Amino acid sequence: MTELLIATIKIIVLFAWLMLFALYATLLERKESAVIQDRHGANRASIFGISSFGIFQPFADALKMLFKEDFIPAFTDKRMFKFAPVITFFFSVLVIIAIPFGEPIKIGGKIISLQLINPDIALILIFALSSMSIYGVILGGWSSKNKYAFLGTMRATAQVISYEVALIFSILSLILVYSNMKLYDIVLFQKAYLWGWLPRWGIFIQPLAFVVFIIAAIAETKRAPFDLPESESEIIGFFVEYSGVRFGVYMLTDFIETIMLSLLVTVLFLGGWHIPFIERAHLSANWVKALEIIAFQVKTFLVFGFLLLVRWTFPRFRFDQLMELGWKTLVPISIFNLIITSIVVALL
Amino acid sequence: MRGFLYFFETIKGLFITGKHLLVNTFYHTLNYIFRIKTKRKGAVTYQYPEEKKPLYPRDRTLHRMMFREDGKPRCVGCMLCVTACPSDCIYVKAEEVDGEKVATKFIVNVNRCAFCGYCVEACPEDAIRMDSGKLDFVGYSTNEMILDLLKTK
Repeated sequence: MTELLIATIKIIVLFAWLMLFALYATLLERKESAVIQDRHGANRASIFGISSFGIFQPFADALKMLFKEDFIPAFTDKRMFKFAPVITFFFSVLVIIAIPFGEPIKIGGKIISLQLINPDIALILIFALSSMSIYGVILGGWSSKNKYAFLGTMRATAQVISYEVALIFSILSLILVYSNMKLYDIVLFQKAYLWGWLPRWGIFIQPLAFVVFIIAAIAETKRAPFDLPESESEIIGFFVEYSGVRFGVYMLTDFIETIMLSLLVTVLFLGGWHIPFIERAHLSANWVKALEIIAFQVKTFLVFGFLLLVRWTFPRFRFDQLMELGWKTLVPISIFNLIITSIVVALL
Repeated sequence: MRGFLYFFETIKGLFITGKHLLVNTFYHTLNYIFRIKTKRKGAVTYQYPEEKKPLYPRDRTLHRMMFREDGKPRCVGCMLCVTACPSDCIYVKAEEVDGEKVATKFIVNVNRCAFCGYCVEACPEDAIRMDSGKLDFVGYSTNEMILDLLKTK
């Protein structure tokens, strides 16, 4: 009974955390893009005259989305049209179940792991789930029965499938090094040091895989510079026909995917909650645990900020350039990295 | 291969935007969280209704009538501004008051005015100027945009 209660609380807290992060991610994106371009960004939304740099902006946006007319064109396939955003949302949220947020904590004699499930196949599960979310995009674009939506869908499908190859190859070389697919154990692996001074983080032992992973993963999340499925200036995207809440769900999913990506990068490449050399600081175990949980959040936030920086720095690729980068550059590099890694691992 | 060379340029681009982000965030934090006024601002834009963009001294804004010390308008009704106006938007009515010719009506149709400033240059009495600093004059109808400069002191 208590197990069930703990699991329920964990799910609620995780979901609330995710939704809050996704809500404020929209504000963060607007603010960061504004600051990069020497502007102020959204700062007008106010409650009782208090605006405080636009803290209420996400709620204003959400309210606007809710009160907009949910228009469904007559020519669409209605059932699929309504169902499609839910699929993307569901599968992109589901990725969070396997992510560990810190060392297990002890409350009232009970050990609670800060992770919903810790399966042996966590990595495979995560990539299976996240590639499922493309079905929502396909269904949404196809059931719209609109030329532009269809174009966006085709682009999204081609792009995601071709970038998945490089993504999985870069992950494979990681799995070879970690010899494990449990995310918790992967973080434990990274908590050691190479030659006594370099943290054994993924970014240091697999730098090539890191570069390939981050490029391919940005392409997976369909954000600029790989936002061809949306490309607002040429085709409006696979969600042309969507409005109101359904469009909001698609937009939120975009941010949730980016959050998942930053969580994954933190866990796989940045040592999870590991703070280098904290064991030399003579802190009590509880303090270390608390600091590590904060460190995980900070790392995730920084990675998210970096992804936004990438999104607001580069212009969009042309479609042939995109395919060229995927198949002719990233896939060979990741295969080369895989071969080198397997040789090194076999020799050691 | 060419794409590989571009890779370093993209890194350079990231540094440029990253520098903007960090520097501007620093100044925003100083200005808005610690309330310290700095000479350099985080943003180059103006928060319009509260904070207006400073005008240059020669900027031409809404017309203004100059008055003498005794309260009479400087305009003597010579009609030079009416002649000079390419948009034909000025109407002046002059009468004799205390043995002098003075304007009793000086109507500017702002709907038609192109803000060329010819009326200001033409005026021999320096009666009309375009330095009121007003740029945000609005009205619900075109009738509200026909101003009598003698009434709006």
